Amino acid sequence: MSEISPTGTQGAGRQALWRRIDPAVATAFGCIVLLLLVGSLYSSNFLHLDYLLLQLKVASFLGVIATGAMLVILLGQIDLSAPWTITTGAMMSCAAAAYGPTGVALAIPFGILCGVAIGIVNGIGVAYLRIPAMIVTLATNAVAQGLMVVYTGGFSPQDEATEAMRYIATGFLIPGVPNAVLVWAVVGAGAVFLLTRTTFGRAVYGIGNSERAAYLSGVDTRRILVIAFAITGGLAAFGGVLLAGYSSKAAQSMGDVYLLPAIAAVVLGGTSILGGRGSYLGTVAGAILITLLQSILSVMQIPEAGRQVIYGIVIVIMLLLYGRAPASR
Amino acid sequence: MKDWKYWVAEQRGTLLAFATFVVMFTIYVSNHPAGFTANVVQTAANKGVLLAFVAMAQALVVITAGIDLSVGMIFILTNCLASWIVVGTPLETALGIVGVLLAGLACGAVNGLIVIYGRLQPIVATIATGAIYFGIALLLRPFPGGGVNEDLADFLTGKAWGVVPVSLVVLVVVVLLVWVPFSRSVMGRAAYATGSSEAAAYMSGMPIRRAKFLTYTLAGLLAGIGGLFLTFFTYTGEAALASGNAYTLFSIAAVVLGGISLYGGTGSAIGAVFGALAFRAIGDLLFVFDLDPLWQPLFQGVVLLIAVSLGAFALLRVRNKLDWFT
Amino acid sequence: MSRAVPLFRMEGVSKRYGGVRALDGAELTVDAGQIHGILGENGAGKSTLIKIMSGVVEPDEGRMTLDGKEISFASPAAANDAGIVCVFQELSLIPHLSVADNIVISNPPKRFGMIDRRKQRAMAEEALARAGAADIHPLALVKDLPLSRRQMVEIAKALARKPRILILDEATSALTASDVSKVFAVLKRLREEGLALLYISHRMHEIAELADVCTVFRNGSNVASFATGTKSGNEIVEMMIGRQYTNVFPAKKPPAPSDKPPVVECRHLSWTHQLKDISFSARAGEVVGLGGLGGLDGQGQRELLLALFGVLRGLTGQVLIEGKPVGIGSPRQAKRDEIGMALIPEDRKTEGLLLPMSVRDNLSFAALDRVSRGGVIEGRAEKSRIDEMIRLLAIKTAGTDIPAGALSGGNQQKIVIAKWLMNQPRIILLNDPTRGIDVGTKQEIYQLLRKLADEGAAIVFYSTDYDELIGCCDRVLVMYDGGIHRVLAGEEITEHALIASALNVELASADQARVAGA
Repeated sequence: MSEISPTGTQGAGRQALWRRIDPAVATAFGCIVLLLLVGSLYSSNFLHLDYLLLQLKVASFLGVIATGAMLVILLGQIDLSAPWTITTGAMMSCAAAAYGPTGVALAIPFGILCGVAIGIVNGIGVAYLRIPAMIVTLATNAVAQGLMVVYTGGFSPQDEATEAMRYIATGFLIPGVPNAVLVWAVVGAGAVFLLTRTTFGRAVYGIGNSERAAYLSGVDTRRILVIAFAITGGLAAFGGVLLAGYSSKAAQSMGDVYLLPAIAAVVLGGTSILGGRGSYLGTVAGAILITLLQSILSVMQIPEAGRQVIYGIVIVIMLLLYGRAPASR
Repeated sequence: MKDWKYWVAEQRGTLLAFATFVVMFTIYVSNHPAGFTANVVQTAANKGVLLAFVAMAQALVVITAGIDLSVGMIFILTNCLASWIVVGTPLETALGIVGVLLAGLACGAVNGLIVIYGRLQPIVATIATGAIYFGIALLLRPFPGGGVNEDLADFLTGKAWGVVPVSLVVLVVVVLLVWVPFSRSVMGRAAYATGSSEAAAYMSGMPIRRAKFLTYTLAGLLAGIGGLFLTFFTYTGEAALASGNAYTLFSIAAVVLGGISLYGGTGSAIGAVFGALAFRAIGDLLFVFDLDPLWQPLFQGVVLLIAVSLGAFALLRVRNKLDWFT
Repeated sequence: MSRAVPLFRMEGVSKRYGGVRALDGAELTVDAGQIHGILGENGAGKSTLIKIMSGVVEPDEGRMTLDGKEISFASPAAANDAGIVCVFQELSLIPHLSVADNIVISNPPKRFGMIDRRKQRAMAEEALARAGAADIHPLALVKDLPLSRRQMVEIAKALARKPRILILDEATSALTASDVSKVFAVLKRLREEGLALLYISHRMHEIAELADVCTVFRNGSNVASFATGTKSGNEIVEMMIGRQYTNVFPAKKPPAPSDKPPVVECRHLSWTHQLKDISFSARAGEVVGLGGLGGLDGQGQRELLLALFGVLRGLTGQVLIEGKPVGIGSPRQAKRDEIGMALIPEDRKTEGLLLPMSVRDNLSFAALDRVSRGGVIEGRAEKSRIDEMIRLLAIKTAGTDIPAGALSGGNQQKIVIAKWLMNQPRIILLNDPTRGIDVGTKQEIYQLLRKLADEGAAIVFYSTDYDELIGCCDRVLVMYDGGIHRVLAGEEITEHALIASALNVELASADQARVAGA
């Protein structure tokens, strides 16, 4: 084990830059460019600004949800309760709208709060009861579904989204730039700040690397886990609120189609599924990549069936490239 | 004399599952308007057997300390496939059945290859393969349809000698032909050993990778048998996403109720069968008590949440907090 | 007993791990029908010797012969096939399987492709009876058995393979006295039948009772072989001592007696069966060492440090900081200013560092509160503190952004220590801090510890290296079986006294007089 001798400052600088560019993030952005080129072969619209902004808007919904997924995956955990947390956020915010002006005003926070509540249950199960995250979140997903089925009577809810919800999802504060993109930008900025500049973020990476070492360093790992799951639940619910604003109402099982893409976006962006490693930029790239992929597949008229298969294969390939466990002995 | 005591200790989970099932089923049947009749048992058996097959599949994988989140999708896929090929003359039907079973086997093998030889985490890998299998199912049946050899279907969903549901007989046969030989083989023992302590299993020179691969493959087969049966019940193939997800989720519930630890090494597929039957009975309790069926999903979800939380009691015995972390 | 051609012979065997010579030209002769005891302190080369004999590792030099024919083993399975079976201290049983399953696990009897349970049970019963453990039911699950029974199953499993040479490496550590006598009876009978047994143990009385011949190892090679009973306990200890002193230690300065209460004190600390009624104290400026047997045969030193740091549950007794009783419920509480504790843990790779994270992130990880305000990290404050630490400890790194895993072992350990020094702790607990570290860095750490003590910290320092305990510590508490067996202070801390106390050997009368008079 030889010692590392300091290299020259110039050499170190160049080395540091290369080191900073995560190969997975670079690959993800590369794939985005590739997809745009392939898509432009089908239709020249692919490279128009309008179209790109539209794609960004659609990607924003996925992006917000994927932000939460990334947080949990960074901890070395997983959240399979996203589908019904999304739907709960959507349905509950629409439901609040029916309760007069205070209801309308509080619709969005209320929806988010429902997601936070689900997240806290997840967090307690994982951190304090030490139940594997996969199992707890599957269970809370089922409970959330049960609650929503009871609430809506099994039908599509009749409540409509509020003005505010519709505005943030479909409005244009800055001419030409969809509000949803702005929302994602704000959420993303918050995520980057949280992960890179706060003690909480540092602790998240630490726990993802080794909860044992983090605990022995005096970090309250259990509390951090609960807070993280709560944030994730809140973000998923917020995603649902946005989706409800986009369609003006909530629908049964609207969240189901977001679970796999959210995890895929995180993993394709270079975040290790084992936790402790990953940058938010990668998740951004992953969300855009998935959205573009979906868009191209629909332009190519590939049916839902084909899309599912391609999703699955793409994820498996990316995992084989970046997510393999080390060979034992 | 003491032998049976050790057998009880070893089969504790399965016996508890059996007891749970008996209790739940008794409550169900005693409150059912028609009571304990052959028809009631037949309907309950037919529904329960579907979940039992998928639960057995999950049990195999969980014993090795793994998980398979694609079992519900293999179930759907084989259902759609069966609605195409399990038709026609007896020979064609037989070939069709073989084809469906091979498809299930293949799906399981793919899972096994990716998880074991690709060294991927089972959770994410099987979510991804589940999407692939669902996509294929959707390709086969974009809309519900197809058919199945109706004579065979009627027979398999009917009653033998007017009393015993044939589906139960098939279940028992499958357990005897698939589970029992596996659990008593060297591979089966290696599967348990891997789940119990992979390090010690390695030091004892056991075939860990082959055993794990075999479990995923057999899981695919069992889920495929379930899908085949679904076709016999519904006479159609349908690529229902919600149904696939539900079966995956419920298979985990059945496994937990069946006394199988999610950390691996212990439990039996037979326990998972009772867990599945018990879970179905719990679900049906709502109908029997005239409760709004609207509450069923919530009820089942809460049962699942409680079932998985029970393991937390072991935490009370932890003396060194470092044991909380792997 | 000895025949013309020994059953097994090892000549000139050497093995290096990195820069450390674990075995250096070692020699061993094993005869059939003989029990051969192996003695030596930690690091003398016993485990490496066993690993080579049982096929776990291959030697760098030297040769081994079996029945006069040269032989080498590519794997444990190969060694087993040749008739050499080893029972390691680390249990190799599968907890959720039955005793019978475990005993025949490598080669179960089969019928029609399935395991023949009845035959398996019969084989297991026979093996258990041979091992003197007929009271263990073959169908019992291993995880339901207490540790002593599990060790008996391990021994039965080894005997079931009908070995020609059986190696027992500290395999009786958890056995009750009656178990031990049963096992010994079995071993002696097997000796009559021609079995060769290699018995490694720290328990002098067991070696005295069982072995025909003893060999003492020191510094990677054998020092002497003699028939049992021809040397006294103290003579044996003398043979085990004698490593070259290559370390230089800073001058000790035990603190002057003072009226102030000790910085940290514990009274009647007990926990499960691993800590028994421990009471001791450490003053500001004092370096207190914890001695005694280590490794898997640890006597509670590791648990004591964890207990002080708030990691154990169900602890009884009191911990006092500067005379005031406190309850420490977690490391988070322990590191707070009011208590001011730090723990440098046992395994730096899995417990001390986050290897893939940067040097900077690792250094500030335990002191995030000090370089942040309102939860937000202040980059400049962090950088200046980190640079200071790197300078203070002379950590050699190409930059603060590279992953900690890229540094050498010595520098990694410095990061672990630096990370805690950021909190300016007044009680520093260290768990074998210089294990696996190069000589140069070790010296630096010794200097650092003395400097910290001089600045007022109380240091409690567990080490398996007797050199360090002698060179660094003002006082040494030798632990045995969860309790403090002996306290040595100042001049009393000699290698002889340390080893003798660790092995529970009565000190030679000269030493006793010294201890009594001190």
